[in-house]
Amino acid sequence: MPETDTTLGGARRLPWRTAEVRDVIDETPRVRSLYLSVPGWPSHRSGQHLDVRLTAEDGYQAQRSYSIASAPEAPQLALTVEVIDDGELSPYLAREVRAGDRFEVRGPIGGYFVWTAALGGPLFLIAGGSGIAPLMAMLRHRAAVASHVPALLIYSSRTFADIIYRQELDQLAAASGGPRVVHTLTRQQPPGWTGAARRIDRDMLAEAGIAARAQPRVFVCGPTSLVEETTQSLLALGHDANLIKTERFGPTGALK
Amino acid sequence: MNPDESAMPAAPLDGNAAAGLLQEVFVFDATSATLTCDGCGATAEVGAARLYGAPMGAVLRCRDCDAALLRIARTPMGLWLDLKGSRSLMIRLNGGA
Amino acid sequence: MQDPPIARGFRGRRPPAANDRIPPGQHLTSDFPVLSAGPTPTPRLESWSLALQHGGALLGKWTWREFEGLPQTRVKVDIHCVTTWSKLDTNWQGVTVDTLLQAAGLSEPPQPYLMVHSDGAYTTNLPVEDLLKGKAMIATHYEGKPLSPEHGGPARLLIPHLYFWKSAKWVRRLRFMPHNEPGFWESLGYHLYGDPWREQRYAGD
Repeated sequence: MPETDTTLGGARRLPWRTAEVRDVIDETPRVRSLYLSVPGWPSHRSGQHLDVRLTAEDGYQAQRSYSIASAPEAPQLALTVEVIDDGELSPYLAREVRAGDRFEVRGPIGGYFVWTAALGGPLFLIAGGSGIAPLMAMLRHRAAVASHVPALLIYSSRTFADIIYRQELDQLAAASGGPRVVHTLTRQQPPGWTGAARRIDRDMLAEAGIAARAQPRVFVCGPTSLVEETTQSLLALGHDANLIKTERFGPTGALK
Repeated sequence: MNPDESAMPAAPLDGNAAAGLLQEVFVFDATSATLTCDGCGATAEVGAARLYGAPMGAVLRCRDCDAALLRIARTPMGLWLDLKGSRSLMIRLNGGA
Repeated sequence: MQDPPIARGFRGRRPPAANDRIPPGQHLTSDFPVLSAGPTPTPRLESWSLALQHGGALLGKWTWREFEGLPQTRVKVDIHCVTTWSKLDTNWQGVTVDTLLQAAGLSEPPQPYLMVHSDGAYTTNLPVEDLLKGKAMIATHYEGKPLSPEHGGPARLLIPHLYFWKSAKWVRRLRFMPHNEPGFWESLGYHLYGDPWREQRYAGD
């Protein structure tokens, strides 16, 4: 039956495609966004990731997974990479790569940590550090389709200079119908900072967050400790475990 | 999910991090399929299970009782899949309720 | 197939210069990466025990206090993980399997193979002769300190001449077997024996 073919045949084995770097943007001293053009790239949904494979001159290959930071509607695919000092791929991607360079990607991957405007809301996003990347794809998607789903981002960074996408987040928040954005700075605050200055905790989620009774779709992405603590706090505040989706940082790419 | 490549954390990842590997076995997106634990009967989406075992393989464990629901490894011989810790794997097709 | 594009300037982690202590395909690390097939158990020494089992019979069982009282051995060894890191000159302390069998009153092992069972239902299989003559111990200390839970504390198997997944963390029971049966990773395509010098990573190697 043709319908069956479409459903099952649609998810074929993913081919590797050549990505060309069109632009690099330094987001913070340790974080860089790469804008890629990938001929043949099928559309993704916000929250999905892709695999990056680098091949050295002698044929040596290494592969890791990265969240897609761009909206499906954007003309180029964006990755936002933080340097892991001891890492194998991230120092190359976040320091060495320049426009015109080419490497391979395959994807999109994952259908679980995904939000599309059609799923509705409210949309409650909680990010730590570079865990903002897949959530930014959701906010960019929401803006691109002019969704009116209420949206809130609580975003924890170490210092003001470590806030990724700071200007774009300001612009999104200032736009009519834009998301509410709440920053917290855990290590150091600039003079005159009036925002939160501690790790995301239960009190912050209760005061600034979307109440459980509104049944928001919650996405949490960041270091394991932030995800664990936030999830526990959200459950204690009465949020439905089935509406909370989490993505912890980890050696995912190492899963060959 | 900018991975921390430097160290293997003792803490688990989320099951959705195994999406790439699972995609090589299943023709559908396995992370949104629902597993029922054979040990305790709890049900959860694959993406919400706890993921261990990287980089030797993926071991998805029940959030309620820690039993291994699904294990998968890739070796030069092929992909090895073990689902005996699961009572069932339910795949929602497009349009399913 | 078309060749993949070369990522300009990418070198990756290069294999090390030849070193006769590093098996093929391995690279040196100064870290001690943690690889776990399941959650890290919380050690409770009051309820901890180590059992030696043959069929339905219990050949020996030690509480933590009893186990601590057995003769201790210290070794300095190199360890090799199948995920390609090797670590040289690691210092361990514990009870050799020879000592354990002696304490159980066994002059020789009753069966040729052993399944090692750990907290969290992890298992790994070994030929008994690979555990004897000082080749393996139940380790409780690493670099002079009690073994931390993420590295297998309170007690793990240490069998450094095989890939490190064989050195089961959180070990609780050693079960003799008449035949070689695959354990947790061995039943998922990893090698039944796992000699790093013969690069026996996977079934068929």
